[in-house]
Amino acid sequence: MDLPHQGYRASKQRGRTAPSTADSVLFDDTSSAAPAMNSQGYYTPGYNMAGPSNDMQGDAGVNNLFADPMANAAMMYGSSLANQGKDIVNKEIGRFMSVNKLKYFFAVDTRYVLKKLMILMFPYTHQDWEVRYHRDTPLTPRQDVNAPDLYIPTMAFITYILLAGMALGIQKRFSPEVLGLCASTALVWIIIEVLVLLLSLYLMTVHSDLSTFDLIAYSGYKYVGMIFTVLCGLLFGSDGYYVALAWSSCALMFFIVRSLKMKILPSLSSDTMGTGSSAKPQFRLYITMATAVFQPIIIYWLTSHLVR
Amino acid sequence: MAFTLYTLIQTAILCTNAIAVLHEERFLSKIGWGVEQGVGGFGDDPGVKAQILNLIRSVRTVMRVPLIIVNSGCIVLLLLFG
Repeated sequence: MDLPHQGYRASKQRGRTAPSTADSVLFDDTSSAAPAMNSQGYYTPGYNMAGPSNDMQGDAGVNNLFADPMANAAMMYGSSLANQGKDIVNKEIGRFMSVNKLKYFFAVDTRYVLKKLMILMFPYTHQDWEVRYHRDTPLTPRQDVNAPDLYIPTMAFITYILLAGMALGIQKRFSPEVLGLCASTALVWIIIEVLVLLLSLYLMTVHSDLSTFDLIAYSGYKYVGMIFTVLCGLLFGSDGYYVALAWSSCALMFFIVRSLKMKILPSLSSDTMGTGSSAKPQFRLYITMATAVFQPIIIYWLTSHLVR
Repeated sequence: MAFTLYTLIQTAILCTNAIAVLHEERFLSKIGWGVEQGVGGFGDDPGVKAQILNLIRSVRTVMRVPLIIVNSGCIVLLLLFG
């Protein structure tokens, strides 16, 4: 009578002491406790047949859950396979882009998101557009509201796709393929814009610290304007759409010009000795202006078919 | 204008092919875009033309073999699946 209880308590004690030895990996608990439970589990069915009682049945039931060796082995194998897969994926991704750099762009908090959304919609009162640095590395978005992030563009992109589906559904033009088409169209336009920006920055030999992710972030901020425009178009009809289009275009153009001016143009001060520098500031200004002018065009292009 | 991802891939392949096809001595030297005109002044900033010539030359060097593979794959796929 006492042996199953002892076995159950003994296995529980082993389960509790295991974490102190192997605290990082979760699965060490069951692997160290399982053999103990296994050996106890083999005893309990024997004692079940010997002396039936309610709590013995309960103990046997609980022990049988972990004592089934096949399920246990399968669980351990599956978890080790998942770990291996995760390591391989991390290594492969780490070859193409630095995951740490990507993590910098997602280090946001609620206060930053709210302030950034307000700046995107109403940038005229924002005074200080400098991206602050801390010993040569840019500050994370949590500490500096001017730093670009990738959280807002990602979320805005997904929201835009959902909103497009909803707008098409309201007009009874929805089908699942249209959603995929809308998503890939918007994605392709972002890729085109980022590639054109990279190409023009390379050709003009602008030595700025704008990385690819920065450009993706600045391109993705237009989705916030797009969402606002589509919402106003759905709520207030065609007039509301055009008013919201004008408002978000102006706000976005102002935002892009002020943000990129800080990054592209001041790198001029180091190489003023070149003879071609007289043409340089014009080209850099042209790049900034072209980027800004491109935003309302693409907003109109991607949203006009949603609001008829 | 609805873009699929396949359109993007097609555009990328066509543009890369167009850049890789520009022959160095038959065409680029004739119009003054040869490799010797690329290295202009030794200042800290090469001009736009030097950058473009550098870009063309590097695309041609780097993408020659992968383009052969990708184009052959495209031809086979288009023959099989239309």
